Amino acid sequence: MKETLTLRGNNALLTRANPLAKFVSVFLITLVLALSIDLVSASTALLGELALFPLAGLTLRLLWQRGWPLIIAAALGGWSTAILSADSGKILLDVGIWSISEGSLQLGLGFMLRGLAIALPAILLMSCTDPTDLADALAQKAGLPHRFVLGTLAALRLVGLMAEEWQTIGMARRARGVGSHGSPLQRFKAMLGQSFGLLVQAIRRASRLAVTMEARGFGGGRRTWARESTYSRLDVWVLAGGLVIAAAAVLAAQWAGTWHFVWLKQPN
Amino acid sequence: MPSPDSGTAAVVRPAAISAQGWGWRHAGRTAPAIHALDLDIRPGERVLLLGPSGAGKSTLLHALAGVLGEEGDDADETGSLLVDGVSPKARRGRAGLMQQDPETQVVLSRLGDDVAFGAENLCVARDEIWNRVHEALDDVGLRNSASGNFALDHPTSALSGGQKQRLALAGILAMRPGLILLDEPTANLDPAGVLEVRDAVGRCLDKTGATLVVVEHRVSVWKDLVDRIVVLQPGSSSATAGSTPAVLLDGNPDTVLAQARDMLTAAGVWVPGYVPITRPRSGTAGGSGTTSGGELLLATHELAVSRERARRRGFKTVPPLPVQAGLDAEVFAGQALTITGPNGAGKSTFALTLAGLLAPVSGTVTAAVGLSDGAGADPFKWKAQQLISRIGTVFQEPEHQFVTGRVLDELMFGPKHLGHGEDRVDELLERLRLRHLVDANPYTLSGGEKRRLSVATVLAAHPRVLVLDEPTFGQDANTWAELASFLSELLDDGTSVVSVTHDQEFSSVLGGREMRLVPAFQDGTRQEAGAA
Repeated sequence: MKETLTLRGNNALLTRANPLAKFVSVFLITLVLALSIDLVSASTALLGELALFPLAGLTLRLLWQRGWPLIIAAALGGWSTAILSADSGKILLDVGIWSISEGSLQLGLGFMLRGLAIALPAILLMSCTDPTDLADALAQKAGLPHRFVLGTLAALRLVGLMAEEWQTIGMARRARGVGSHGSPLQRFKAMLGQSFGLLVQAIRRASRLAVTMEARGFGGGRRTWARESTYSRLDVWVLAGGLVIAAAAVLAAQWAGTWHFVWLKQPN
Repeated sequence: MPSPDSGTAAVVRPAAISAQGWGWRHAGRTAPAIHALDLDIRPGERVLLLGPSGAGKSTLLHALAGVLGEEGDDADETGSLLVDGVSPKARRGRAGLMQQDPETQVVLSRLGDDVAFGAENLCVARDEIWNRVHEALDDVGLRNSASGNFALDHPTSALSGGQKQRLALAGILAMRPGLILLDEPTANLDPAGVLEVRDAVGRCLDKTGATLVVVEHRVSVWKDLVDRIVVLQPGSSSATAGSTPAVLLDGNPDTVLAQARDMLTAAGVWVPGYVPITRPRSGTAGGSGTTSGGELLLATHELAVSRERARRRGFKTVPPLPVQAGLDAEVFAGQALTITGPNGAGKSTFALTLAGLLAPVSGTVTAAVGLSDGAGADPFKWKAQQLISRIGTVFQEPEHQFVTGRVLDELMFGPKHLGHGEDRVDELLERLRLRHLVDANPYTLSGGEKRRLSVATVLAAHPRVLVLDEPTFGQDANTWAELASFLSELLDDGTSVVSVTHDQEFSSVLGGREMRLVPAFQDGTRQEAGAA
């Protein structure tokens, strides 16, 4: 989990772009895809995104390792849409109450591709953006309050620690005779107790960390930044890239006549 | 009027401290944490603050660092406490504070950023910040040094405890404070880490001339570095006038230690040259390594251990990289086994695997019939309740093992679920001096009380094997002696004691055999997860 989230060793082009530019780009693509359920716009966006992979230092293998839950979820979503949505066109498969028709298959496929096309940019963004750089950009460029941004960043570090702590507390409690065996109710109670233990530790750690930060002068109205968050020409390209993919998706769907706003009734 | 920090590399001006009749009561408490403190510390003085727990040492340090919270939210301040003639809160960055838990001394995830954090908050100009970062990292030996040479973007999570504390010191130095406050900075570190941090502090003080106030139980570590020892005592809890002053003794280290030796040892302070008296092992004269007599209870064969579980990589399952492999060990009744070695060697991981709490990566842990008693040979497969009556494990952090809200319930928890052994609880309450605390909430106890309770709760289930992870870490001399004596008694009664420890005095009291682990896989990024 931990090593898949770090950027060390990733020297791809997009790691050097300003996180805010990447964020806006991803937002544009996601917005367009959220507007329509159709095969053409989703697959166009997906193709565009796949082309960006090398620029973010991402390979198909890495993508699968990091994003397999999302990919499986998209596939399952598509599958269930295909079997459960209203049939239209030729029936391809019919098993009792489940049936797949040309229309529902198309809808399911569109659903799946759209899920993927929305999930991919997020994975892409995460794989080439360091949280510290993102915080720098959000505080310095987007004008978010630095106390909020840096507080969140410091807390994020604690989340990793808490994952380790969860494991330790689980073992410590087993050593007291609280097991993960027994009825679902017993297990639920054991889980509740373990969560409480974790909560206590999390609060202790957080308050000690808060003291550390305060003792280092954190919390004043003004501060300087050791590293300036800057825009470069690369960021123009990143924005342009996002725009092009979003526009291409819309235009392709318009041209193919498949563009369809989600809030309108399905054609039939 | 002192000039504010300018951007240029100003020379550090050491701070003066003056307390007059100062006292502080925390919100929600009836008694003050510290009371009637009169103390003057001259600029550049180095002071070691001693005293029993409850004397208000940490409260004083927090107040000097200006992080004590506001008076008024039900907290009470009396008298005055001034740094350079003004309230500590008024001048951010004048004092730097280091606390005990290394994990919470790190703020950011990159080494350089973390050092820069304080200077950024003080609005230091960008170029000057980086000058200070480089200088501070050099000074604490994390760059261009035999004890560490890290890049500015090195992940802080991959540092050891001692390195994290040195990093915290660098972050403090980058603020150019006139006062450095250390609150038990080495309590959670192994012996090598303790010296690392102590020496780094010494170097930095020699260079900057800043004033130092350090709180620490182990006097020998700091004695040669300080030029004054102040011993505090708990104030009288009554609000009546004429209460005892907070400062009991004050003077140069040798004089104070000579005058107050008995009082300090009675309070559990580790005075140099003092080894607490413990109960000797009977019979085997300290257990000279003979394996005869005791019955074999537990054995490992070709054991490889890791804290991590097998990971999923897509459809594939990848076994974790072990921190140690090929471990063969035997645990006998009535015999101690001590696991030693540097941080990152996988000592705790091995002990937890031996105790049936972690699954082996490969190899086996086998319980002999005398121990398993019909539960099967693999302790990891035992149900939790089968486990606790066979192998008891005491974790490094007692709070991790508390499962109820009351000391007595905590002790009765095991016996109640097992359906037997409640009679032993009474004996444990007496033996580990917990009787006066039966109704208290475990989380509110002192460090020593928590340790005694965590040992008692595990023993209440009558395990034949007791596994302890760094049981003496951060403990005062009194708790230490009680614990060592108690365990030696258990050993004589036939219990087997396996302990992970850096403490040689402790392992020599228990006797038995030592198993020394060295880091097996050194790729620089793997750290023993449990080494807090």
